[in-house]
Amino acid sequence: MKWHVLRPLWVAIGLVGTIFVARAFMVPDDFGVHGQNFTYGYHRLSNIQEWKDFPVKYQGRETCGSADCHETNLALLDSSTHETVECENCHGPSIDHPDPNEFLPLDKTRELCLRCHAFLEYPNSDRGELMSIVDRTHKRRYECVECHNPHDPKEYYE
Amino acid sequence: MSCSRRDFLKEAVGGTLVSTLPLSAFVLLTTDEAKAAIADSKVRWAFLVDTTKCVGCGLCVKACKIENEIPYDAAVTRTWVERYVITKDGETHIDSPNGGRDGFIDDKIRDEEIEPEDIAKAFFVPKLCNQCDNPACVQVCPVGATYQTNDGIVLIDRDWCIGCGYCIMACPYGVRFFHPEHKVADKCNFCYHRISKGMQPACVECCSFGARRLANLRDPDDPVTKIITTERVAVLKDEYGTKPHVFYLGLDANVR
Amino acid sequence: MPEDLIVHGIEWTVKELFVYPNEYIYWSIQIVMYPYMTGLVAGAFVLSSLYHVFGQKELKEIAQFSLVFSLALLPVAAMPLLLHLQQPARAMEPLLTPHFTSAIAAFGIVFTAYALIVLSEIWFVYREYFVAQVHALKSETGFVNAMTRLVYRVLTIGAYDVSEAAIRVDKKAATILAAIGIPVACFLHGYAGFIFGSVKANALWMSPLMPVIFIMSAVVSGIALCMLTYIVIMEWQAFWRRRRGGAVEASKIKGAETDVVNKATRYLLGFLVAAISLEMLDLIFRGYTAMKSWDILRSVMYGKDFINIFVLQYTLGNLVPFVLLLLPGRTVKRTALALLLVLFGVFMMRWNVVIGGQAFSLSFSGYMHYEIPVIPHSVETFKEGVFGALTVIATPFVLFWIINKFVPSLRRDVEGT
Repeated sequence: MKWHVLRPLWVAIGLVGTIFVARAFMVPDDFGVHGQNFTYGYHRLSNIQEWKDFPVKYQGRETCGSADCHETNLALLDSSTHETVECENCHGPSIDHPDPNEFLPLDKTRELCLRCHAFLEYPNSDRGELMSIVDRTHKRRYECVECHNPHDPKEYYE
Repeated sequence: MSCSRRDFLKEAVGGTLVSTLPLSAFVLLTTDEAKAAIADSKVRWAFLVDTTKCVGCGLCVKACKIENEIPYDAAVTRTWVERYVITKDGETHIDSPNGGRDGFIDDKIRDEEIEPEDIAKAFFVPKLCNQCDNPACVQVCPVGATYQTNDGIVLIDRDWCIGCGYCIMACPYGVRFFHPEHKVADKCNFCYHRISKGMQPACVECCSFGARRLANLRDPDDPVTKIITTERVAVLKDEYGTKPHVFYLGLDANVR
Repeated sequence: MPEDLIVHGIEWTVKELFVYPNEYIYWSIQIVMYPYMTGLVAGAFVLSSLYHVFGQKELKEIAQFSLVFSLALLPVAAMPLLLHLQQPARAMEPLLTPHFTSAIAAFGIVFTAYALIVLSEIWFVYREYFVAQVHALKSETGFVNAMTRLVYRVLTIGAYDVSEAAIRVDKKAATILAAIGIPVACFLHGYAGFIFGSVKANALWMSPLMPVIFIMSAVVSGIALCMLTYIVIMEWQAFWRRRRGGAVEASKIKGAETDVVNKATRYLLGFLVAAISLEMLDLIFRGYTAMKSWDILRSVMYGKDFINIFVLQYTLGNLVPFVLLLLPGRTVKRTALALLLVLFGVFMMRWNVVIGGQAFSLSFSGYMHYEIPVIPHSVETFKEGVFGALTVIATPFVLFWIINKFVPSLRRDVEGT
């Protein structure tokens, strides 16, 4: 038997061995099949907590009304046609307001209001039912909030 | 050649078998296996979209971008709203400018004027990741960078994704994309960081019309689950066998 | 445009009608290059094995050359992937945590296995030569000679026995490896076809025929490239020998041997017919069954991509070389032209599959046009542009030139198997 024939095999085994050694260093220990099966559950386990720890930006209406803040506007909103509109839709995400985030990026532009209130004549769609305007014919030089109170849209300022 | 025919055949067959060894590592999934593994989970997230209520304001798309730190002006989005205008001649006009991020203010579709009297029906369809039961995107990831949690959400490991794009090609719904800053795959995850704390996804929170709702299919008392199980709902592209978990009320046949 | 707004794909994708917001041509020129290069690798190896395993004696010279060229092509097969990955530093992960349900995960295993087989086979074929060089350089002085000798010493891996028995064992081992290598080479390229064929989301790619079509056209391209390079090199060397004049042996100025070329051409034609038949079958079936995607596919194939598919690929790349190779009085020059067209045709096939599959939206209601970046203005437009592709094409020839200095594959008098 001419043993030199096996030399390439030793090289091959050496290479595969190196890959396994590298694997021990480079692959995180919690990498494996978790929960389901190999097809859908092969991953690094600690990633799940990383996603759970992702910072929250929008806090929701309940937070705006907690600690007795913003009572007036909230009360106004709750009895108006805008009662289902979220505060943060116009005021932006509150994140950790009020500390240190004291002022929120309030959006007062026309474009924001037009999202719902630009008239689109669509039959059988709720969009067609909303109170709306044709943008180019309604007070183009003004922002909507100069005349309408967003917390109580039926209230006009003259 | 000193090799006999028998020797050759033996070697060739042996060699072929050896080279097919990687194939045997293809783990075949049986639905029973998968069901058993997640049977004990008390949560299976699902979503209900009511297209009869969506008015196309696009505040959901904006909120999603801000909440999930997708660069606001980048032309990718985790969720989007499509506008369908079906005219009386049977043509379907569809658009989704910036994914609906700025709402739908213009009645022109790609600079095409459509006269209101020509419109047979028009509606808006929000779309997002379906968190499928058989996610094709997870199946094709070569390195295990994307996976499904026990509560049904498909997540992406940003530190492990190599950016090959196979998952993006494999998704029939087009919900995946490359994050322009992180340079890895990204997609909607039902705001996993929020729902794990008992909050609603940002898009659900910001919808003023109730067009988007989250559900836990394992909770029989969940009002949204009741709707999904008792009312007529549909899913997108079920012919691909992905078993999507975003259910639609009022889904029109023209929706692509 | 600020860095964070450059979405991958936006710079070379033009959308038409309704396309989902996140859809772009993500798999562009480098993903066209990748199956093209692995196809050349597989084809070169199969050509070499036609001699080593099936004893086709007329192919001995070109088989020597193909084997080494296959090795030169191998690292170049991995290049397009490195250029395409958004995270190239993580390129080792398919070897570290392969998710075997993904066809791409097979890449790590198959690539490594194939590399080992080709390297081992070359070792067995050239070991006697390496040992001879170690002995020949022993008496030479100088740093370059010492370094060269060191390289040869490493290449022998310490196996210096060149007795008749040892050489017989070498030849047998090479034959066995050539035999094992054929299914592995087929797998190396077949899985690339599987990568596309198994994507159910893509109406053009999804087909069980895809892996077979890819293998057939891969072998075609591999044989064509080896034949073409062999012809070019042989004619070039003969040209220079003739120019230098002086007393030269007749056998040294022959150029490409016509019987070698003829034999290889017969195999090429066989695989070409198989490749074309399968593609025709796929096309006919799609039209006949007219699934939901047929409307948009038809408008892409018979409309927008008509020239790419029917003129460039099928006519210029398949039909014309077919005719050129079959017409009587075939010369080496005419064969070379046909081979060039075949290589172009196989490239267009890869292009039409990869780019064609992304030419229509998942919505089936819109299109995407691919505008390949020509002059790069950023790293990404270089990597995924014309110059990135040219870099990939040029590299195997550079590598071959280097490898050939130590593993002479074109010498007519090298004792091989």
